Amino acid sequence: MHLSDPAKAVATAVPLLEVEDLVVEFRQRGRVVRAVNHVSLTLGQGETLGIVGESGSGKSVLCRSFLRLLPSPPAVVTASRISFNGQNLPDLTEDQMQAIRGTDISMVFQNPMGALNPVWPIGDQITEGEVVRGRLAPANRRKRAIELLTRVGIPAPELRVDEYPHQWSGGMVQRAVIAMAVAGAPKLILADEPTTALDVTIQNQILALLMELQAETGTALILVSHDLAVVAESCDRVAVMYAGRIMEIAPTDRIFVAPKHAYTLGLLGSIPRIEGGDQALEPIPGQPPNLADLPPGCPFAPRCRFASSACAGADMTLREVAPGHFSACIRANELGGVA
Amino acid sequence: MNVVSFIASRLLQMVPVLIGVSIVVFLAIHMVPGDPVELMMHGRATPEGLAAARAELGLDQPLLVQYWNFISGAVVGDLGTSIVQKAPVSEVVGERILPTVLLLVMSSIFAIALALPLAIVSARRADQPIDHAIRLGGMIGFAMPPFWIGIVVMLTFGIWLDWFPISGYGRTFWAHVYHLVLPSFTVALFLAPILLQSLRAAILDVMTADYIEVARAKGLSERRILVKHALRNALIPVTTILAVNIGWLLSGAVVVEYLFSFPGLGSLLVRAAGQRDYAVIQGLSVTFAVLVLVVNLIADLACMAIDKRVARA
Repeated sequence: MHLSDPAKAVATAVPLLEVEDLVVEFRQRGRVVRAVNHVSLTLGQGETLGIVGESGSGKSVLCRSFLRLLPSPPAVVTASRISFNGQNLPDLTEDQMQAIRGTDISMVFQNPMGALNPVWPIGDQITEGEVVRGRLAPANRRKRAIELLTRVGIPAPELRVDEYPHQWSGGMVQRAVIAMAVAGAPKLILADEPTTALDVTIQNQILALLMELQAETGTALILVSHDLAVVAESCDRVAVMYAGRIMEIAPTDRIFVAPKHAYTLGLLGSIPRIEGGDQALEPIPGQPPNLADLPPGCPFAPRCRFASSACAGADMTLREVAPGHFSACIRANELGGVA
Repeated sequence: MNVVSFIASRLLQMVPVLIGVSIVVFLAIHMVPGDPVELMMHGRATPEGLAAARAELGLDQPLLVQYWNFISGAVVGDLGTSIVQKAPVSEVVGERILPTVLLLVMSSIFAIALALPLAIVSARRADQPIDHAIRLGGMIGFAMPPFWIGIVVMLTFGIWLDWFPISGYGRTFWAHVYHLVLPSFTVALFLAPILLQSLRAAILDVMTADYIEVARAKGLSERRILVKHALRNALIPVTTILAVNIGWLLSGAVVVEYLFSFPGLGSLLVRAAGQRDYAVIQGLSVTFAVLVLVVNLIADLACMAIDKRVARA
């Protein structure tokens, strides 16, 4: 056990983001798909939280719901509280939300090749937010764009600032998108699978860039990924999502060493390891549940090798199983020896 | 590729197209029943007279020689002589090009002015009552025959309200524009629904693009996103659709030109066809082909101006 437990440090500081009982549903033609199911979480100033889970577990929807980016209809977002920097986001008007987007909270997206407008020069897109808000005189636009591109490590930015997205590689465009995200000096960056669409070598560069900028500016970061390795490298804490719920949330070093949820255990068992030798991968059997027809109790129970009859009626609130370590698994304490 | 060499290469590409068009037109006209010389003489000529007239017009020569005479003249701007009007075809056709081009330009401006705001409203309120109303209105406009729309427009704005002239062309440029309001509006009522539908679809398509969500996450207003980011991208496919339709309207505007007694290419074509004035028909067909190619070239240049990727392709 580390002495400098990040979870404890977070608990004492004033949180930047507090989400309480967030539910996101997509309602269309009488069908209700519950993508995020009673999620609560807290994020400290400057903290890095990883959110991992399979496709469709609600990670991206969760992030977009903070910024109110989900199209409504069909999305319906309800929450007791989404408190950011002392403001309750659901209480804000659309204009007030616009003022927060790109300044206090910005976002980096999964697919860099589609993230920039094909008919605009890249430099103009990076500085658009600041110009529109009157924080940057149009005359200084190019200079500012070059400055931002330099910060994210684009070589010869003065030559490339007027180019168009199709002239850049995916990794470079992702750097430009990150430049756009940090332009407004945000307190929180939501990075939705920022490395998934990139080559492995570029993935590490982009991740390193994000970490570097975060260290420089002290901004908090939520890093959404389905890649446990990415999260392990960079996050203070990790939340594991499944079928719209947070199953387990814990400091990174704990969650990989002593997972307290059967699903986390299953995820860890599905990672190929070089040192594993002839040890076979253990894929989790079955499919995630239909979000339009969720089973009662623990949504993972039908696929879980530790499931008992009690799981179908389980209370899915997170319980603290160790300091800063929360799990929704009712058999959390029995899992200790398995890892 | 820069703009000049792009235009040059496109102009070069027109040459084989025009040769193809001229062959098709030439053969088609010679296969149509009805001897132009007999029609010209109103059936009163002696066989000797007919033969003499044929010889004078070069119609007694083999087809290949006739085609060569036609094409070698066309290259230097000599499209032959109108049998009926006894005047050079280049002159007969030439004086009508500008009125028709003006009609097309004004029709396009009216159509865009109608379609653009409606498409924006329709796309922003997609599947709401206002969207359904606009699209239904568009369908009705599209389904109405242009001559009927023309008559209604004439009656309403020309006779009852007496705002605009219902026939003629005027003498000065502004008089032309003034005379062209009603015919252009009639054509626009037919053209606008096509643009409306494609623009609405293009806007809806672009609005689902990743960069629109990125723009939202940047904190831009919906209005700015639509105008600065969505519309420009949505205009790219619509520009091509507009060009194709203008090419098609060149002959489609015939009815409207006829209805408004307007001295354009369309009304000339109707008359020349009725009189078997084959030299004029040939000249017109080549003129139409050139105009269609030019309109498409302009559309490509417009796409280049909107989207820099096209310029490099």
